[in-house]
Amino acid sequence: MVHKFIFDETRIVLDVNSGTVHLVDEMAWEIINQYPNLDLSVLYAYLEGKHSQEEINEARSEVQQLIKEGLLFSQDFLKGLYRPPENRVVKALCLHLAHSCNLACRYCFADKGQYYGASSLMSAETGKKAIDFLLTKSGKRKYVEIDFFGGEPLLNFNGLKKIVAYGKKQAAVYNKEIKFTVTTNGLLLTEEISRFLKNHKIFTVLSIDGRPRANDRMRVFPNGQGTYRRVLENISRHVSFCSEEDYYLRGTFTRHNLDFASDFLHLADLGFRYISLEPVVASPEKDYAFQPEDIPYLEKEYAKLARLLLNYQQQRKEIRFFHFEIDLNGGPCLIKRLTGCGAGQEYLAVAPDESLYPCHQFVGRQEYCLGNLEQGITRPQLREQFCQAYIYNKESCAACWARFYCGGGCHANNIAFNDSIFSPDPLFCRLMKKRLECALYLQVKNFKKNFCLNGEFENG
Amino acid sequence: MGKHIITVNIHSLQDTVLGRGCGECQTSCQSACKTSLTVGNQSCRQLKNQEPKKGR
Repeated sequence: MVHKFIFDETRIVLDVNSGTVHLVDEMAWEIINQYPNLDLSVLYAYLEGKHSQEEINEARSEVQQLIKEGLLFSQDFLKGLYRPPENRVVKALCLHLAHSCNLACRYCFADKGQYYGASSLMSAETGKKAIDFLLTKSGKRKYVEIDFFGGEPLLNFNGLKKIVAYGKKQAAVYNKEIKFTVTTNGLLLTEEISRFLKNHKIFTVLSIDGRPRANDRMRVFPNGQGTYRRVLENISRHVSFCSEEDYYLRGTFTRHNLDFASDFLHLADLGFRYISLEPVVASPEKDYAFQPEDIPYLEKEYAKLARLLLNYQQQRKEIRFFHFEIDLNGGPCLIKRLTGCGAGQEYLAVAPDESLYPCHQFVGRQEYCLGNLEQGITRPQLREQFCQAYIYNKESCAACWARFYCGGGCHANNIAFNDSIFSPDPLFCRLMKKRLECALYLQVKNFKKNFCLNGEFENG
Repeated sequence: MGKHIITVNIHSLQDTVLGRGCGECQTSCQSACKTSLTVGNQSCRQLKNQEPKKGR
C-alpha cells in the first residue's frame, strides 16, 4: 500500500508498510499511479507526448528498483501474526493528585476536575503506594513514567513534593528512572514551584488555548472571568526557568476558534517554542463540538500551520508543533506503532481513592475501573480488551495508510463517538491524516533544505 | 538518490521488529497531547543516542 499526496506542488509518496517516504517528480508519480501494470507499452501509451521513452524507462527503473528493495508497495508481513505480549507490565501511571480545580473550563471532560465524584486530593501515602506499584509491576523496564494530573495537580503541591522525593529514592533502589510530568493550568505556578519543577527535572505541560478571546471563552474562573492574563504571566515566568524542551504549551481548539493556526501564531509570537494544540473532545450536541462540515476548514488550518512552520524552519527559528514532529529515522518500532498509547495495558490512571483506570479519560466511570493499588488488576478481562485493541483488530485501521503513525486513535475518543474502542471516530481520523501529511511535507522540505535541492521535483 | 525519485529516509519499519520492541520509549499519551494520540512522533530510546541516518 502507498499513500500519495501533493502538498504545495510537492509530490510525496509514503510506502505505508516500510515507512519509507519518497519525493517524486511528475513522471514517477504517473508511473506509480499505474502500478501494478508497469508494462512499457502501457506506460508509453499513457505518457505519450509528455515524456520521451528514454525518460520513461529511466523513471520506471527507479520505481522497480525500490519495489525490489522493499521500499515501495511493500507487504505488511506482521499482519495476522502479531499477538500482544502475555507478560503484562505497567510502565506509566497518571496520578490524579487533585479531583478538584480552581478553574471551570467550559469544555472540561472531567466534570470541572471532580470526575463526577466528591472533591478530593490524593494523599502522599496513596502516591507512594502508586510509586511502589509502578516499580514492582514494571518488570525489566528501566524507564518508567509518572504524570501528575487532575483537576489541577498543583492544588496538591505538598503531596507532589513528597511523592517525587519518595519516587526518586525508591527508583534508585530498583535501578530504574522515573520521568515525572505535571499537567497544569498554570494558575498556581509561583516562582518557588517553578524552581522546584526545574530542579527536579519535571516536564511541564502548560494549558493555554492561544489568543485572549479564544482562551477566555472556554478557560474561565468559577465566576466566569477569563484566565488568559494571569495564566500567561505565570507560564511566561515558568518557561523562562525551563531548559530546552522541558515544557509544552497545550491548548484546545473548538468550533469557536476553527482558525486555530492564528492561536499557534499568537503563542509563537509571545516567544513560546513548544506548542501543542488539540481538537476538543465533545459530544456533538455541545455548541463548541466540531460538526462534519467543519473538517475541510480545519484541514486548511493544519496546512496553513505547516506553511507557518516551514517559514520558521527557513528562518532557522526552532518552534515546534507537537503533531508535526515526526522522526522518520529514529521513530518508534513497529510493535509500538501497533499498540498506540498503551492505555489499559502498560499505562494506567490512579484516582485519589486508589482505584485504577485505563487512562485519565476513564477515571470515575465505574464500568471501566480495572482494580486498585492494593489488589492490582481485579478485572483482567477488561484489561484484555484494551490489550487486544491494536490496529490489526480495528477494521478501519487495518486498511488505513496512517495506521503506523496514528496507532489507532484515542480509546476514550473512540468510545465517545462509537461506543467501542475498536472503532475509531472518522472525524478525528480525517484530522489525523491531514496532520500526518503536513508532518511528512515538513520532513521532505527539511530534507531538501539539508541536501540543497532547490526547485527540483516541484511543478513536475 | 535517483533522478526521478528521492528517498527521504532509509528507515524501514520491518527492520524495527527484530531487536526492538523493548518498551523503554515514552508512553504516547504521557507527552503533550493528553487526548489525541500520535505515536509517529515518539522517539526510540535505543536509537536516541545514535547518529541520525542520512537519506539515500
